[in-house]
Amino acid sequence: MNWKRVAMSFLFSLPVIGLLAFGLTRDPRTIDSPLPGRPAPDFTLPIFENGEGTVSLSELRGQVVVLNFFASWCLECRYEHAALAMASSMYRPQGVQFFAVLYNDTPEKGRRWIEQMGGQPYPALYDEGSRTAIDYGLYGVPETFIIDRNGLVVQKKIGPWSFDELTAAIDKALAIEAVDAPTDGPEAVKPTAAAVQGGAE
Amino acid sequence: MRRMLITLLLCALAPAAATAQAAPQSGDVPETQLERDVRALSSELRCPVCQGLSLQDSPAELSQEMKDVIRQQLAEGRSPEEVKAYFVSKYGEWILMEPKAEGFNLAVYVLPVVGLIAGATFVFFTARKWVRQGGAAELAEEEAAEEEARARIA
Repeated sequence: MNWKRVAMSFLFSLPVIGLLAFGLTRDPRTIDSPLPGRPAPDFTLPIFENGEGTVSLSELRGQVVVLNFFASWCLECRYEHAALAMASSMYRPQGVQFFAVLYNDTPEKGRRWIEQMGGQPYPALYDEGSRTAIDYGLYGVPETFIIDRNGLVVQKKIGPWSFDELTAAIDKALAIEAVDAPTDGPEAVKPTAAAVQGGAE
Repeated sequence: MRRMLITLLLCALAPAAATAQAAPQSGDVPETQLERDVRALSSELRCPVCQGLSLQDSPAELSQEMKDVIRQQLAEGRSPEEVKAYFVSKYGEWILMEPKAEGFNLAVYVLPVVGLIAGATFVFFTARKWVRQGGAAELAEEEAAEEEARARIA
């Protein structure tokens, strides 16, 4: 056997094998989001279920916010609904605000879906034209953003939550202290390293 | 012969007729510069809910809404680069149909060229080796035949 030839073939095929190994071991759905660690895009959206008027993120500064994008046609949204509902009741005394944002759907269908799911203890918002969804770099539903007291995105979750996973993420956001300094830019307030760890899922 | 000439004439005129039909009629609304810019920019951005389609090629609702955002931002006076930067800030560089030629992305541009050069070099040297080996074998055969002939004569 010509060992030199074997060694050369191996050497040339190594980068190709490396590239394939890198590509095939990655989940194509897991795309890093640039949002974690940066200020959450502001929005003002009308409430269509469980409340009246509008909600502005800027008015919620100082509170942890859980922003869940959902749709009536989304199967996976059904799996996480109970976890979100339970967590919202559990964290209400600590001031955690939950909002569901309807994505590419009509308020009528969203309302009917909430009713089918046995109700929802937090407001549902209507995002006409998906402007807020695009501002948050949404790929699909369900997707959830956890925003800390300083208005920074702590975590972005693609796919349905389990209850334990959700409570762990909220606890992490609650552990970040509010800073009084203005938070206009990414440099103004830095969340702790622990909080940003695991950023986009 | 005459039939052939008519067929050739029809073939020659067909593209011109098709172009004339495709050209905008006087009643059509001409495409504005804004729409041209929206189309160009939409071709450079990826549809987030599709497989390998640009916003321009995608029929998805989200893509149409993203095109509306592009249209709105361009109409407000933002440059195409600023609009692209907006989408990159929301979705990351993944949103670009063609990744920037820097860092690890360079591999996408460099590797095909390297592969092509390596392949061409391999083919060149292998072919040369075959030709040489073939020539040497032919020469050896000729020499052997000559030897045989000489032996017969002797």
